[in-house]
Amino acid sequence: MKKFISILSVLVLLPLFAVAQNDGGIVRADNSKFALTNAKIYTVTNGVIENGTIIINNGIIEAVGADINIPGDAQVIDYSGQEIYPGMIDSGTRLGLSEIGSISEANDFREFGEITPNMQALTAVNPNSVAIPVTRVSGVTSALTMPAGGPLPGTAATISLFGYTPDQMFAGSKGVVMNFPSTAQRGWRRRTPEQIEKAREKAQETINDAFDKAELYAKIKESDDARYYPEMEALAKVVNGEVLLYIEVNSAKDILSALEWIEDRGYENVVLTGVAEGWRVAEEIAEAGLPVITGPVLSTPTRGSDAYDTAYKNPGLMQKAGIKVALRTMDTENSRNLPYNAGFAATYGMGREEALKAITINAAEIMGVGDQLGSIEVGKKANIFVSTGDPFQTSTKILDVFIDGYKIPMTSRHTELYDEFLNRTPGVNKNPTKVDG
Amino acid sequence: MLFLCTSVLQAQTKKGDVLIKNGTVITITDGTLENTDVLVRNGKIDRIGKNLKAPNGVEEVDATGKFVMPGIIDAHSHIAGTSINEGTSQVTAEVSMEDVVDPLDVGIYRALAGGVTSIHLMHGSANVIGGQNETLKLRWGSTNPEDLRFEGAPRTIKFALGENPTRGGRSRGIQPQSRMGVEAMLRNTFNDAIKYRDAWNAYRSNKSSRKVAPEYSLRMETMVDILEGEVLVHCHSYRADEIYMLMKVFSDFGIEKLTFQHANEAYKVAPELAEFGASASVFSDWWAYKLEVYYSTAYNAAILTENGVTTSINSDSGELIRHLFHEAAKTQKYGDLSDNEALALITLNPAKQLGIDNRVGSLEKGKDADIAIFDNHPLSIYAVPQMTFVDGVKYFDIENDAADQRIYIDPESTVEDVQILYSNDHDRCMEGANVVNFTDLFNNK
Repeated sequence: MKKFISILSVLVLLPLFAVAQNDGGIVRADNSKFALTNAKIYTVTNGVIENGTIIINNGIIEAVGADINIPGDAQVIDYSGQEIYPGMIDSGTRLGLSEIGSISEANDFREFGEITPNMQALTAVNPNSVAIPVTRVSGVTSALTMPAGGPLPGTAATISLFGYTPDQMFAGSKGVVMNFPSTAQRGWRRRTPEQIEKAREKAQETINDAFDKAELYAKIKESDDARYYPEMEALAKVVNGEVLLYIEVNSAKDILSALEWIEDRGYENVVLTGVAEGWRVAEEIAEAGLPVITGPVLSTPTRGSDAYDTAYKNPGLMQKAGIKVALRTMDTENSRNLPYNAGFAATYGMGREEALKAITINAAEIMGVGDQLGSIEVGKKANIFVSTGDPFQTSTKILDVFIDGYKIPMTSRHTELYDEFLNRTPGVNKNPTKVDG
Repeated sequence: MLFLCTSVLQAQTKKGDVLIKNGTVITITDGTLENTDVLVRNGKIDRIGKNLKAPNGVEEVDATGKFVMPGIIDAHSHIAGTSINEGTSQVTAEVSMEDVVDPLDVGIYRALAGGVTSIHLMHGSANVIGGQNETLKLRWGSTNPEDLRFEGAPRTIKFALGENPTRGGRSRGIQPQSRMGVEAMLRNTFNDAIKYRDAWNAYRSNKSSRKVAPEYSLRMETMVDILEGEVLVHCHSYRADEIYMLMKVFSDFGIEKLTFQHANEAYKVAPELAEFGASASVFSDWWAYKLEVYYSTAYNAAILTENGVTTSINSDSGELIRHLFHEAAKTQKYGDLSDNEALALITLNPAKQLGIDNRVGSLEKGKDADIAIFDNHPLSIYAVPQMTFVDGVKYFDIENDAADQRIYIDPESTVEDVQILYSNDHDRCMEGANVVNFTDLFNNK
């Protein structure tokens, strides 16, 4: 029976892979006008449509509903029995910036210097990173890709996971990243309380000094005598509320300090990221009205004494306190596990509906692109995926992915190696002995 | 005196009695049985059947609507170890993880809360022939490391190929600095072990009263035990070529039992692994954190399984160990394994690799009562572990899970440290490998 099932599953999957293999040919993304029919459509913002149709034209969702006229020139794809969702958005990754973790030459997310907010992650995004197809065939269609390093390491960008240049991939949102001075331990090397406090004070001074200067720069930059400071130019946009400020902060104590700092400075467009102990101070965050990007949900508790499931419960506890929550993997090559991070958050208190919002519409709105991404609505970018069922469920397969209206080849290094090696030729013997009659 | 010592060390661990009623019992070896009871007597599975009656004084657990499965076994773990690497030499077969077991590591409780009942506490991968590992049962709550030992489990040892040991060689200016050097070091060490064994055999068979004993070496004693099949080798490896190399070396030295750990490229030599009879213990989907895992596929476990290789999925992580049931489920997305095949990856198969499948890894009469109960099917993302038993003793119950894990709270103490780790902090095998200057190794991560 088991054998029968596995043969059956190979047969069922064969047509999918057959398209991808194409006799060694290149499979190109297709941007026809599409009519996706007979699917159960989870719009996220306007409920669920049974037996619905989506018309994709010129990269945009042109129509969606149960009773839609199908244009004569549209390529019709029947998705009977399948489900359609808005593409998932991972609100924190190093996608495109990191190719192989341990090799410094293959990592471009960390620049020299303490105050480098003008460093653009978008510039260093490698559109051909092997991790990008691996991620998008799992239904993740957009990602916030972030620089790392000192107090102000650079500017993060929201990208579409399809395109041949960074500009083709840019999804319309940028934000300056700030690492709020941390009193937490990080990594294996323990710091003494004195070392922690000294480092915190120094980092706080560095940040305050930079923003004092930026506020001054914002006032005088239009005058004839003002010199051009690239770092201040980037921070002035934060001061003026023109770009987002992503503040990475995790421990409860640091979150409270950050809330105070934000209030003192009076900056608009601030997003808290990380927020591993957000559940401890959820009311204060909600009161400040700040949105949160949190994750990975699949994390160990921040304190040895915490209950084993605190990281699983954190997003749900914050959401229930009234905070707008988006989720991230903070991963690169395994950003594809975003739906499982959401699945654990759903299971441990957030519920399926809110967890789905946390990786779609909430993420888009927090990044300021809620009018373009994050739900299946007329006029929005056609970033969607088709699945055999609930995308949080581990066994669910993603059948098709559309990004900016392009139907994406459903291949990646992982599927290609599977196709080649499941039944390797030759097997053990390269030239098996032939027995002649 | 000797007798006294032994009896103290072999203090009896607790054995429980329990009747788990009316669950969906996933036996692994004999199908999945609906509305079935499991009776545990004195730490062993006594009966599996319908409408069993609880003997006098035996506690009943209602598992109606719940799923009962064998306790999960992690064939690659570093929790409950106070140190991981003895990196002072490229061969350290004389050291053992049994000396560094930490019964107070909260990671043990967190693993139990993920349905895990046994772990293979492994030495690190800083050297070619590392230390001996220790197979443990997660008997949480004891302060005696001896209580956690999986009594009767075969001895095992860690080997390591590829980037980790060659990086160590380069940083110290010694062999090996390449995969050629790794092979040479293995062959040289086994040849030394044969010489050592021959010298001792000659000494023992020599009747002369004036004979002089050869030098005793615990390191060489262990190598001889490997040659004689008494110590199972679990080898850290990634690339197909190095996996193939070790199979050739073991063939030449007549060593039959071999498990490859990590083995991200095992899928490339799956037919050869099947022919040798070697097994693989792999990640569900980790890749790209270093060059030797760049050509990986998440379909690895499925390809190996379909090619007849005994395969397990391990954690190598205090985080991942808490949801191995979810990691196993990924083989249904990546390769369509059946429910039973997927669950065998974290139960029966790792038990086989550790040589403890006569005791654990499936729910069968006579086996140890190491059992996990879930509220949903364990391969579902919505599954939450409810109870975990080792030897019939309940060590985790979600109903009694404390929000604060501190056993003793000192009102004078300051708030404890907050530790922030991201999932990208991979490769804990190199943890504590100070001798190879890990600041340099990790500052580019």
